[in-house]
Amino acid sequence: MSARIGVVTFPGSQDDQDALRAVARVGAEPVALWHRDADLHQVDAVILPGGFSYGDYLRAGAIARFSPVMEAVIAGAREGLPVLGICNGFQVLCESHLLPGALIRNGGLLFINRDERLRVESTATAWTTDYAVGQEIVIPIKNGEGRFTADEHTLDELEAEGRVIARYLNNPNGSARDIAGIANAAGNVVGLMPHPEHAVEELTGPYPGPATDGLPFFTSILKQLVAA
Amino acid sequence: MTTQPAQPAQQAQRQYAVDTVENAAVTPETEQPYAALGVKPDEYDRIREILGRRPTSSELAMYSVMWSEHCSYKSSKVHLKQFGDKAPEVDFLLVGPGENAGVVDVGGDLAVTFKIESHNHPSYVEPYQGAATGVGGIVRDILTMGARPIAVMDPLRFGAADAPDTHRVLPGVVRGIGGYGNSLGLPNIGGEVVFDPCYAGNPLVNALAVGVMKKSEIKLAQAHGPGNKVVLFGARTGGDGIGGASVLASATFDDGRPSKRPSVQVGDPFMEKVLIECCLEIFAEDLVVGIQDLGAAGLSCATTELAAAGMVSAGVGGMDVQLDLAPLRDATLVPEEILMSESQERMMAVVTPANVERFFELCEKWDVTATVIGTVTDTGRLRMTWHGETIVDVDPRTLAHQGPVYHRPYHRPVWQDDLQADTPDSLSRPKTGEELRETVLRLLASPNLADKSWVLEQYDHRVRGNTVLAHGEDSGMLRLDEESNLGIALATDGNGRYTKLDPYTGAQLALAEAYRNVAATGARPLAVTDCLNFGSPEDPEVMWQFAEATRGLADACQVLGTPVTGGNVSFYNQTQRSASSAGGAVSQAIHPTPIVGVLGVIDDVTRRTRLAFEQEGDILLLLGDTRDEFGGSEWAHVVHGHLGGLPPKVDLERERLLAEVLIAGSRDGMLSAAHDLSDGGLIQAVVESALRGGHGARIVLPETVLDQVNGDPFAALFAESAGRAVVAVPRSEELRFTDMCRFRGLPVARIGVVDGDAVEVQGQFSLPLDELRRAHTHTFPALFG
Repeated sequence: MSARIGVVTFPGSQDDQDALRAVARVGAEPVALWHRDADLHQVDAVILPGGFSYGDYLRAGAIARFSPVMEAVIAGAREGLPVLGICNGFQVLCESHLLPGALIRNGGLLFINRDERLRVESTATAWTTDYAVGQEIVIPIKNGEGRFTADEHTLDELEAEGRVIARYLNNPNGSARDIAGIANAAGNVVGLMPHPEHAVEELTGPYPGPATDGLPFFTSILKQLVAA
Repeated sequence: MTTQPAQPAQQAQRQYAVDTVENAAVTPETEQPYAALGVKPDEYDRIREILGRRPTSSELAMYSVMWSEHCSYKSSKVHLKQFGDKAPEVDFLLVGPGENAGVVDVGGDLAVTFKIESHNHPSYVEPYQGAATGVGGIVRDILTMGARPIAVMDPLRFGAADAPDTHRVLPGVVRGIGGYGNSLGLPNIGGEVVFDPCYAGNPLVNALAVGVMKKSEIKLAQAHGPGNKVVLFGARTGGDGIGGASVLASATFDDGRPSKRPSVQVGDPFMEKVLIECCLEIFAEDLVVGIQDLGAAGLSCATTELAAAGMVSAGVGGMDVQLDLAPLRDATLVPEEILMSESQERMMAVVTPANVERFFELCEKWDVTATVIGTVTDTGRLRMTWHGETIVDVDPRTLAHQGPVYHRPYHRPVWQDDLQADTPDSLSRPKTGEELRETVLRLLASPNLADKSWVLEQYDHRVRGNTVLAHGEDSGMLRLDEESNLGIALATDGNGRYTKLDPYTGAQLALAEAYRNVAATGARPLAVTDCLNFGSPEDPEVMWQFAEATRGLADACQVLGTPVTGGNVSFYNQTQRSASSAGGAVSQAIHPTPIVGVLGVIDDVTRRTRLAFEQEGDILLLLGDTRDEFGGSEWAHVVHGHLGGLPPKVDLERERLLAEVLIAGSRDGMLSAAHDLSDGGLIQAVVESALRGGHGARIVLPETVLDQVNGDPFAALFAESAGRAVVAVPRSEELRFTDMCRFRGLPVARIGVVDGDAVEVQGQFSLPLDELRRAHTHTFPALFG
């Protein structure tokens, strides 16, 4: 059997097609979900894609959290539904309080689109089992508000519980403790500022490479779902 | 019918005195402020002649914008005609100039539409919004053809890199392009950033967009079928960009209205993003008869062009519009302002009554406001009412097609001969290896040749996941089909210095370079879009530049077989500043700057050629002839601040031959890398390829090349002769490739090998990659970071 992985399109989502393509590339069944739809259509996992949901004019992700689909996603996530929030999706997860902390304006105040080297810190989540702890990977970032921040207590807790899943090797935006991605305590919800869906093909991935370091995010979840 | 709750009652009746058609007919003596709207006395007389009475103030507003230079091309039309008259015979052109954008058959069932436009003046006044709405406008042109927009590119020109105003304009322009394009989910895959003092006060912000559709889904801007509904959808109409309309309104208003709004439009990329997705779903269900975006001249333009095109193609047509139904952002707007408003993110569709309900359902799905504001008729007239009173009653063709045409006088500038006689021959040249080494570093770090990552990292080039090549390569390349790997490539080029020295040749060189760039990546050049940026057409010397440049471009397109499919003219790029360059009457105008965009097609994008030196041991070959050509060169500009002489010679047959070789080399897997030679010459290209690939090069200048330049290594390294490229080929392919070149008659010279961590020119100098990289990358952060 294959796994059904949903990708939510909010008005203003931009990388939804890319996430759907990445899902299909690893052999899972991509399912397009619509922001007004409270029904998750029996998907086994959900990706909240990058973009500028509702224009992000108020605060990135602040409006999206109130959309009907998010009610279902939040309820599902609390029951163990695997959820990956990429970039704007990470922002939505923080606004939804499924993940702690917040993403604020980059240190340099500019939008940055760049291939970044990351170190994988945790493979104990639904989305990272196919990596090795300490593995260095190249994944693009592209955001204006990607600087992760949280109070010291929360940061200590994230570290202590092994919930930092990836760190930047050259922190591009002033993120606290170089954090590029985190997970919830159960490990089913992951937020990641870099875009693994843009590192899944030799043809279009980071140049000069490695070009496909993002694939394991998608193979990890597929293996877990198929095994379940 | 509207998808949104009724807005607060518009209180337009207050003091506003509607100037009705009836009123205009009986008050012929009423003085009208036509001059303030840019309408010339003879144009005003002609309007009265057409109508058989004075225009109403609403009609005057419409004529003033529709007959403006921007909308009517009245000064350029007689010259642009050559693009049609000299158009090469091709079988792939599905829609030519005249529509919102040209459409090209790229194979299979796919068609591609692309166009370039200027947003120069708004970007000087308000860099962020000017540049942002420039992207928004060109993307709507592409959407209007029925296509999904898939990428944008931005050729930019600024004043001197260290000039204070450049530090106001450039960061805002770049943020605006990024802010709008990124929020639309469109990859930015190329463009240029060029500095020259001539652009101070007149930055050039050109924007190119490209889209793809099924051939069967091409849409046209025509209002057919009496009884069909005219739907205005997207953003509400506000007071932005109304410009001169205030002249008409101020006659009847004193105060009590929102203050005068800026003349630069404000963009809302989120609105445009949902509008794109909404339109594509509407197109997919084939719900529109015709569609037009609202850009320059807003509702005036959309209604008249739809109605006029419908009449021309169907022989019958017309349109009734109830203008008071247009949803407003500012309820105090009067008809003249509504007609001229350039509020962004608006579209107009013609829909059969049977499809209106489904059309509105899709608008509701995307939360897009839509309102039926009119009906297609068979009266041959465009009529508009305002709360029941008729304020416009015109033949739409007189607005859209029968505007004034000027045969502006032109003559060769008196200073042109002196400029061409002031050759770079007497400029002092680097002679020793050390001097050559310093010159390499100096040019590499100069703003025009320096690494542009500071700019490009603010643009998203990845979104949609089909970007095969982008910034830093010779062309931007997109995959169109994941099954077949069919793709397209796009490059834009333009050199104002070359064009100033010789407008005819300069325009041809712009085309030649873009054409060469597309071919260098392995794609076959197909078609052209152009943005012609010039000074004032009222200056006969500028007009001569324009006439020469268009003639040159049209002639070159004919030879290369690449038709111009559409584009844009931007005149009046000049200011009253006193700085003078070459002197004389045009010292205040920019260099004539035709920007040429070339679209190419590639059957299999996995065969693309990059410019990076990736494999140690690969053989480096120089293709083409090198001449001692430095007129208008980057070296003369940077080192001597000199502009004079003649630009490099252009040989279009050679360009075509070079392109064929590059494409064949890519297709047959013979090339590891290819890079076109242009600004900065051979050594600049070699250094760029070395830096990108992280491998150095050992160069040995061969006698065959040195003999072409009187044995001067400097000329061999820095001359900007056209029709050249440097390629890297695996040793195993060298013979096959050079045989092909010789068989086809393309000069080829072995100049070295990919090797090591330095770029070395034997007997002259060696520069470590680290040092080159530092020189190349520090300039922009130091200037703008």
